[in-house]
Order: sequence, then C-alpha cells, then structure tokens
Amino acid sequence: MTVPSLVQDAAARPAGRLEAAAGSSLAAVAPSAVAAPPPPFAGWSAQTPHLVDESVKTGRKLCASLEEAVKRSGLQDGGTISFHHGFREGDKVVLAVVDELARLGYKNLTLASSSLNSCHGRLVEHIRAGVISRVYTSGMRGRLAAAVSRGLMETPVTVHSHGGRIALMDLGELRVDVAFLGVPTCDLFGNANGVSGRSRCGSLGYAMVDAARAGVVVAVAEQIVPYPNVPASILQDQVDLVVQVDEIGDPSKISVGAARLTTNPRELLIASYAAAVMEHSGYFAEGFSMQAGTGASAIATTRYLGKRMAELGVRAAWGLGGITGDMVDLQREGLVGKILDTQDFDAQAAADLAVNPDHVEITASQYANPFAKGAAVDQLDMVILSALEIDLDFNVNVLTGSDGIILGASGGHCDTSAGAKLSIIVTPLLRGRIPMVRDKLTTKVTPGETIGVLVTDHGVAVNPRRPELAERLAAAGLPVVGIEQLYDRCNAIAGKPRPLEFTDRVVGFVRYRDGSVIDTVYQVKEASR
Amino acid sequence: MSKYAAVAEIPARSMMFVPASNASMLSTAAVYGADAFVFDLEDAVSPREKDSARLLAFHALQSPLWRGLDVIIRVNGVDTPQFEADIDAMVRGGAAAIRLPMVSDAAMVRHLDDRLTEREQAYGRPPGSVKIVAAVESAAGVANAIAIATASPRLSAIALAAFDYLVDMRAVRSPGGAELFYARCAVLHAARVAKIAAYDVVYGRVDDEAGFIAEAELAKGLGFDGKSLINPRQIPLLHRVYTPSEAETAKAEHIVAAAEAALAAGVGAINVDGAMIDNPVVDAARRVIAYAAAGRNR
Repeated sequence: MTVPSLVQDAAARPAGRLEAAAGSSLAAVAPSAVAAPPPPFAGWSAQTPHLVDESVKTGRKLCASLEEAVKRSGLQDGGTISFHHGFREGDKVVLAVVDELARLGYKNLTLASSSLNSCHGRLVEHIRAGVISRVYTSGMRGRLAAAVSRGLMETPVTVHSHGGRIALMDLGELRVDVAFLGVPTCDLFGNANGVSGRSRCGSLGYAMVDAARAGVVVAVAEQIVPYPNVPASILQDQVDLVVQVDEIGDPSKISVGAARLTTNPRELLIASYAAAVMEHSGYFAEGFSMQAGTGASAIATTRYLGKRMAELGVRAAWGLGGITGDMVDLQREGLVGKILDTQDFDAQAAADLAVNPDHVEITASQYANPFAKGAAVDQLDMVILSALEIDLDFNVNVLTGSDGIILGASGGHCDTSAGAKLSIIVTPLLRGRIPMVRDKLTTKVTPGETIGVLVTDHGVAVNPRRPELAERLAAAGLPVVGIEQLYDRCNAIAGKPRPLEFTDRVVGFVRYRDGSVIDTVYQVKEASR
Repeated sequence: MSKYAAVAEIPARSMMFVPASNASMLSTAAVYGADAFVFDLEDAVSPREKDSARLLAFHALQSPLWRGLDVIIRVNGVDTPQFEADIDAMVRGGAAAIRLPMVSDAAMVRHLDDRLTEREQAYGRPPGSVKIVAAVESAAGVANAIAIATASPRLSAIALAAFDYLVDMRAVRSPGGAELFYARCAVLHAARVAKIAAYDVVYGRVDDEAGFIAEAELAKGLGFDGKSLINPRQIPLLHRVYTPSEAETAKAEHIVAAAEAALAAGVGAINVDGAMIDNPVVDAARRVIAYAAAGRNR
C-alpha cells in the first residue's frame, strides 16, 4: 500500500484535516467558499486521487506502527496531542504514544488528556526530558501529581473541568493538533466504539469530543474488525488514521470503588442521610433526574434512594454520569427511565451500554459543556458529589490534599453543581485526623454559590442561600446544623490545622468551566516541614 | 411537659461497644445514635495497649463530642492488674457508669462499690453517683444473678455475655439460642427482682442482619430492655425492633387517655371500651408510648 502524498501533505499542514489535505484543495471545489470560478472537470479522480487504487481507497488510513501514525499525522515539535481517560487507571495509550514521541525526538509538546491518573507516573521523565512541556488535564494523581506539585514543570499545568475542557477548545485556547484515541475496536475506516472487543471501556464520551475537534484524529485500536464497525462512537468521517496496538488498557482498572455495597458504618450513615436529603429536597417526585457519583457513600446513597423509590413508587426519568452498575440495576428495576452515559465506571455499566437501547452514550460536550447548545447537566435535578475540603461559604476543593499536593480531579464537579437544581456534597467530617470543613480552602474548584447541601456523618449543613431547603430537611427529622457548627466540631476533634506554606511559584491554574481562572496552585514549601 | 403527665422512663435499648484503643472510633462513634456507648478497656484492647486506651478514654470523657450522651466504661475485671488504675481514671474522668465484666458473685460488685465510693470522695464526686452495670459471663454468675443484681444500690443494669458463659457451660451457640435460654431467664428474673434493666448478649455475625433481627426480637419478647452491640450498623436494626407499630402505639395512647380521664374524674376503675383494666396495663401502655417516642428519634 502506498500513500506517500498523504504523508507529505499532512506533514506540511499539521493542524489541518488530512482528508482536506489529500487532494489539491477541497476548498477550491466548494462553490460558495471562494470568489474564484470552480475548476473545469478533469476526470473522475482528479480531485480525489486517493480513490483510484482499490487498496489505497479502502486501506489508506491504516498505519503499520505508531511511528508511522505519528509521522503521517504531521505532528510537529510544539504541537498539541490529546487523549481520553476512559480506561482511567488502566490506560496504556498515553504512555505508549508519548514513549514513541520521545523515541522519535519530539520536544515541547502540549499534552491534553481529558484526565490523568496514577498509572501515568512515568510521564515525569518525559516532562524532565522536554518531550512534554505543557499539560492540560482534569486532574492527576500519584507520582506525576506529586512531582508537578513540587515544581516539576516550568509552565503551570492547566486543570479544567470536563465541560470546561471543551470550553477551552471552543474558545480557541486548547487546539488539539493530533488526537490519539484509544479504542477497543475499530474498522479500517475508523469507525470505533468502546462496547465491543476484548478491552471494553464502555462510553467513549470524552474521545468523541476530540474526534470532532482535533486537527488529525488517530484511532489507536486494540482490535481491527471488519467494516462497518457499527454502532460507532467515533466515526469514519472523523478519523484520519488507524493503528493497531497490542493493548490500549486494562478494563479491570476502570472500576472506582468496589461494586459491592460498603459495610463501613460511617459511609452507610452518610448515605442514609444523603438519601433522606434527596427524598425530602422537594425535587424527589415522579420523573426526577439524578447523577449519583461513584464513591462508597455515593453508591450506598443510590441503593438507599432506590429502596425509597421502590417503596414510594417514585421513578426517575433519567440518570446521568459517570455510570456504575448500580444505576443500571435501578433501571432494570424500572426505577430509572433513560441513562445518559459519558463514561462507565465498571464492567457492568460498560456491558449494559452495548445492549440496552435506553442506556445512551453522550459526548462530554452534551454532558457538561457550558457553552453547548444543550448540556445534560442543565436538565439535572440532583447530583451527589464528593469533596476533599469545603469552606464556610460552601466552596469546594476536589483537587489538592491537606498537604497541598494534587491528588484528585476537577472532573464534572463544578459542571454538575452549576447545572443541577440541587448539588449534594457527601463526605465524612474527618478523614483520619484531617478535617474536611475549613475556614480557607487549599484550592477552590467549585464555587459555593452552586452547592446546596453538605452531608456528613456529624450532620447536614444547608447553604444559607437555600433557607427553604433547610426548613424542609429539618422538618423531615434530619440533623440539620450550621456549617460553622461542623467546622467547630472538626476543630474540637482534630485541632485547627496549621496553615500550609507555599512558595511563590505557580504550579497550576484551576480553570472554572467557563475558562476563567478560579484559583492558583502553588508549589508546596516542604523544607520547613 | 409531654402530652402524658407520667410518660415512663425507658432504659437505653442499645449499648454500643467502642474500643477505647481506637482513637478514630472514639472521635467519631458518637454520631451513630446509640442510646448508650461503652468505651471498652477490656476485651477489645490488647494487653500492650491497656494504658494508652485508658488515657484515650479519659480524654474522650472530657470531649464536647460525648457531652450529653450516655457513656459507660467497661473496665478490666476486679482480678486484673489494670482494675485499680481503670477505676481511678474513669471516676476522675467523669464516667457516669462502670460496666464490670466477669461478675460471678455479689462480693465482686461490693468490691467495686467500695472502690467507687473511695474514688468519688477523692475526686469530689457525689457519693453513689457512679452507676454499675454488672456483666454475667459464667455459670456461677448466672446462678448468683439475683444476689449480684441486688448487691449494690449503684446497679442500674445486669447484662448477659454469652461467649465465656457458653465455654463455661460446654455449650455451643445455635441460631435458636436454646443453650442461652436458662441464662437469659435467670438474668431477667434477677433484673426484675432488683428493678434494674437487663441486656441481652452481643450478636457477633455483623453481616447477618436477619439473624440479628431474629435474636433481637427473641430478646425483646423475653423482656430484655435491649442488647449489647458491637457494630454501629446494628443500632438502627435494634431500635426498629423495639419501636412499636402504629397500631400498638394508638392502642397504648387510648389506654393512657382512659386512665387519665378516670383520674380526672376521680374514678378508681379504668374503663377502656367497656373492659376494666388495672394499673400494670396502664404502666405497660406508657412504656409502649415511650418506646414509640424513642423510635421516632431513631
């Protein structure tokens, strides 16, 4: 198979679409685009030479190796590469591609993965070597996060929400030159999905955004399957190149928190309060909607709420997420109508997406993009969210730990809390001896004006902006207290934490979903500790 | 003032053990809504942690977290090297009650009573203010239950503990609990003779909710005031067992209303729907109302 012209043309136009670059100029044949007269007919394939040879026509996208895919993509030093995080801790695509880029001598790239996890620790070496010089991500954990927090990068990382990532793309700040999208199965034309093959991650909601927006789209496939690989999440008219690799990810590491119900009495207590808050919130009525979250307390809340839904005959019209098997179970029990799924958090949810017509894959833009023509979060009644810290104004940190080190992700936290009618934060009042209610956050990710209720094992605090809600919950017998009381109790139990010390060096900017900078992460000062 | 002038005081239903060696649990367990908590210095604490557990319990007693809650201390037994130090620290720390393990005769209770009196004087606490819960865990203890239950005015409750008792009896725990039947009845009789509360055994299989509920219903039916618990998940289950149904509550309210009407009218005989009832029935109805109120508060 020979496709030399494609490679050369692409190299010359790194940010253009390969198919546009394939002929002399597609723009030249679009009559409305230019004033110049259209060219005269010069034979059926004059403008489409890639359609002449049968093997080129059908096989032109397939690359023999990652190296070939990288070279044909036209990626250049200083370019921007993107990935999706559908495999979470099991991802193998980011490092495989960046390793290859390092081997090929690339420098100064911007890495824009929809999120990064502990499994990406080895990126530290690529950053030190100058292969990666800028990072956009929803979050990071482990070795990479610790190194970044200690000042690994000259250019601060940009931490965005899931919806905010698309806002940054559509506002023009984040322009992806080449998207390397790991997909379990793909055909030669690039039709790909996450619900078939050996390693299924389920929804490709984050990858679909990049497929629609990147300059060049490379489908990095674990299995090549016969055409047409439908239903496809990533489509043949979006994909420029296809390359097969041994493995794209370990689906067993998608799961966050075990699927089984927690036996921790504290998590169960929080969950029973959270379910009661939902029941008595005023939004619990036939046809309501919810996003359930994935932590142990959130999953237990879903179970408790499901029980009440069954007892009271109240059904949800739809559920959103971040989908776990628990939401799927509720739907099977007839308690949830439709599931809108931007990402799957366990194998049961991923398997259900493949077969259930009422379980629908949506893009991250349809999920949470604040500037989208329609984002599902804006239709949402209630969402359950976690927190690493919450302050007396209900502002929430989900990014940095009590030691100032990045250990989490912005995720859909600020997107769903802005969109939903009621956002419910669930957290133990203390984790170990670390108090969760603070007078001042380490890092602000979600503004308190979008948070409705804080549910802890020591009581339920309602945002004073919602006095009617506080009255309803108190009338229902819930232990409603002021957030100041929870703060005082934190300090009574654990003592008031000594403020962290930071240097003047900025290691990260936290972007709100609209692209604005909501907070700055500074380098932790550790010498004095 | 409640609706009924003389709503019966009911004893705690749940007596929840909290290992005093576990600082995390001591700092959070207060949220679980047990009627009484037992800081455990005895079986849940390894020998090398006895001193640190005592210190933790002492400080937890001062914590605002536990203020207003019923806290009992299970000390180490009278024949252990920790006993004197435990009693000293807990009386000084403000403990409201001591749960004494392995009580086999009345002399043990009187010994504790003496020590408490002495320590109360030393720390300026009112004499007799620290109560005693006697735990019976042997054949001798069961056989001496009435003497134990009546050994001191400090006694507020007697509790049966099954593990050591069954070893002593060479018996095996069974779902139906036939092997505990005599002991349960003996302890209950002692409690009723002494007019103190009685607590049933711990249910160890914490993941078996149905088994726990069945045992709790058995204990309630026999007349126990509650159970000793080792997992917070058992608290709401137990409270549900002890919460009367709406029909039972309505019937009790009807009886109490009739009794109060008779009192107001200066009539000696109480007439409920044409049937005459006497005072024990009214007292029982008041207890039902009290349990219903407790159930509404979890």
